[in-house]
Amino acid sequence: MGNARKTPEVRADSQADIAFLLLIFFLVATTMNSDKGLSRVLPPIPPEDVKVEDQKVKDRNVLLVFVNASGQLMAGDEQLDIKALKDKAKEFIVNANDDENMPEKEEKEIDMPDGSKWTYMESKGVISLQTTRDTGYDMYIQVQNELTRAFNEIRDEVAQSKFSKPFSDLNEDERGVITKAVPMKISEAEPRKAIKK
Amino acid sequence: MAVMKKDGGKKEVPAISTASLPDVIFMILFFFMVSTTMRDQEVLVRYKLPNATEIQKLEKKNLVSYINIGVPVSHMQAKYGTAPRIQLNDSYKTAKDIGDFIGAERDQLNESDRAQMTISIKADKDTKMGIITDVKQELRRANALKISYAALEAEK
Repeated sequence: MGNARKTPEVRADSQADIAFLLLIFFLVATTMNSDKGLSRVLPPIPPEDVKVEDQKVKDRNVLLVFVNASGQLMAGDEQLDIKALKDKAKEFIVNANDDENMPEKEEKEIDMPDGSKWTYMESKGVISLQTTRDTGYDMYIQVQNELTRAFNEIRDEVAQSKFSKPFSDLNEDERGVITKAVPMKISEAEPRKAIKK
Repeated sequence: MAVMKKDGGKKEVPAISTASLPDVIFMILFFFMVSTTMRDQEVLVRYKLPNATEIQKLEKKNLVSYINIGVPVSHMQAKYGTAPRIQLNDSYKTAKDIGDFIGAERDQLNESDRAQMTISIKADKDTKMGIITDVKQELRRANALKISYAALEAEK
């Protein structure tokens, strides 16, 4: 054995096949589901001993949105097209002219990120969403979407006037401030036991 | 010049080198490894999500549990019919089982994460609200209050 033997080069031809195999495995075994949706927080079940009367809110503070089985929409006292719902909800919550039939406002002190206090006239308006058991889910989501849009636009406006930036450009603390000033008050009534068919 | 015409002007097209093919495939592989998640359950109901514009991304995937609601997939229809059903984990359940389901899911999480648990409701567009309302009531009873109605992004 005079001359050292050379190690033969590793063949790389099959590397592509192996990579393909792995690729196909991942294509089959995984999903690319983007989990997106409308986030909501459900109200906790009220304790048995709390009477319903305690939770009553004044009529002027509630906007009743009712969706029936054929997808028709009622907001307040009038039938409404879904396209008009956002503006109606916005107008109701903001109550720019301090109308007597629109929600009251309440002073609320909010801690700013820089330590100062900010007094904001928080609207006491609540949007109450009611459906029947036969209402379509699609319509329900559309209504929820429009209501969310109304709140998002209000938040945007408040953010613009307070921080001169749209809501989406704020940092986390500033967002918290705006969210406190404009909480998303969408209440979904307890399902009514007896609904006329 | 004379050198190039050495073999009488007959040029052969060189074979395409496949040396970089593995690299390309690996690149695609890594893309899929990073951007996808493991399929953790077989979907037994067919659902077409509604569209919405104001949707938010669900942040931590490991804190999310899913409830699928829709018509059973075609090969299960012979056995289970075509009425909309609720799927929890890998089987059809009724709204009454949601409490147990939430309890089991909650037990799998760290104690510190339990409050952050989110339920994603993936329901078909054509479902009636009755079944959704039942599910929501059960979720409230199970004290799983953070929910998300899964929806697809729609153009504004």
